[in-house]
Amino acid sequence: MQVTMTVNGDEVTREIEGHLLLVHFLRDHLALTGTHWGCDTSNCGTCVVWMDGEPVKSCTVLAAMAGGHDIRTVEGLEREGRLDPVQQGFMECHGLQCGFCTPGMMMTARALLDRNKEPSEQEIREALSGQICRCTGYTTIVRSIQWAAAEEAGTRTARGAESFGHRQIRRGGLDRAEADDRGEGPELSRRHICLPARP
Amino acid sequence: MQVPAPFEYERATSVDQAIGLLDRLGDTARLIAGGHSLLPMMKLRLANFEYLIDINDLAGELGHITVEPGQIRIGALTRHRELLESAVLAETFPIFADAERVIADPVVRNRGTIGGSLCQADPSEDLSAVCTTLGASCVIQGAGGRRVVTMEEFHRGPYETAVGDAEMLIEVRFPVRPYGSSAYEKVERRAGDWAVVSAGAAVWLADSASTDTDTDTGAAGGAGAIGGARPVIAGARVGLAAVGPNTTGLPEISRALRGLPPSEELYERAGTIAAASCEPVTDRRGSADYKRHLAKELTVRALRRSVARAQQARTNGGTHSSTGNGAGHRTGHGNGHPQGD
Repeated sequence: MQVTMTVNGDEVTREIEGHLLLVHFLRDHLALTGTHWGCDTSNCGTCVVWMDGEPVKSCTVLAAMAGGHDIRTVEGLEREGRLDPVQQGFMECHGLQCGFCTPGMMMTARALLDRNKEPSEQEIREALSGQICRCTGYTTIVRSIQWAAAEEAGTRTARGAESFGHRQIRRGGLDRAEADDRGEGPELSRRHICLPARP
Repeated sequence: MQVPAPFEYERATSVDQAIGLLDRLGDTARLIAGGHSLLPMMKLRLANFEYLIDINDLAGELGHITVEPGQIRIGALTRHRELLESAVLAETFPIFADAERVIADPVVRNRGTIGGSLCQADPSEDLSAVCTTLGASCVIQGAGGRRVVTMEEFHRGPYETAVGDAEMLIEVRFPVRPYGSSAYEKVERRAGDWAVVSAGAAVWLADSASTDTDTDTGAAGGAGAIGGARPVIAGARVGLAAVGPNTTGLPEISRALRGLPPSEELYERAGTIAAASCEPVTDRRGSADYKRHLAKELTVRALRRSVARAQQARTNGGTHSSTGNGAGHRTGHGNGHPQGD
């Protein structure tokens, strides 16, 4: 059968079998491998994409069911070469370790912030309650989303991540920029990693 | 890789057309709505169908919460999230929000529907227990017309319902009575899990003519003791999930509570009946003894909270349980999020 849907703003049409799942359609037919395929049982949430603006678990939606609908994947978060604040927050606050859960976490987080500009930590945790981080890095995931919320609010109130008590990491007594200048740890020094301030 | 076995996909354009397809295809076909029960079962080969008929386009016909005098009608395609966010349900039947908050997770709740939950007929399913508690009735449509069955008739056993091969559940109806409220209590092992045990309660109070001046021992701190008269329980229902072959209503509790003023002793008595009436089995979620303990304790808590809410609503002088705000009030996909399915 033929299916047509909008994926990240582009209309796509493909010949598929009725039993094809949306997650496999995105990964195998469209080569959009940012959406991960995890537990297959709608428990882990790494496959979360948006369908008409709402997060859904794409391992439990048929590609055929998405026909005529608007799908947005993690690849669609970036706009004109600029990272979404949620993506930036995950970089700033070490929101990922292995990265497997990250696409689903970020799609759910983006949807949450679109509905609720200033979610409490409890609201963030509830929103993510259908998603599993196998590295158990929930604390930094929550912090990343708080960073993104503050970043977005900052455009109005000039409130920054400092209000969440983050501090810049210093490695071997060197500031990141300094380390970068000396050619030490360039990968790590591209971004500042946020850790909670010591009491 | 888990994928369902091959099948033909059809998309329904109306309820009548869907029923026509079911009529033609017989038991080789199944309706799919949210798909969060059916697709996992098909992946595991616990269910196999040659045809799936997608009814997600029928939100116009089947996705609604409609308030009428004396009842609320909920379309079968109404999603968990809509039930959770419905202001009219929060006011009339707070049991919905209690239960929906602990059904699966927010992403799954974006897809799953009330009709799908009831038709799955899982004995641990919370929304079925809510419907049982509220004394709901189910509207089933087939080629020959519609019929209405009670929840007791609807659920024939685990994963078995009264819906025939060429029929579909289109609506669930909930009777509304004045001076009432409801609550849901669930114990689960972790967020989003199936219940170890759940209990729902719904109560309707009435002002007693009695001038008995005893202190109201109910948890609401006597909030309902208006004009010196203690309220009595005009009607009460308790429903349990995960402790038997179906989500069970307990008429014995209804009989034991009727006509009596609410009190902790009364809730205890109801809890004891609940524990004695259910049939839990020992499994990974807990021992039968533990589940009986939960059935009792959760029944007590749900009744206590229902009575407190009913009295609170009365004290606040709200329009609680009133359906006088006009028939035909519809809340469909009214949360500002485009949802074309």
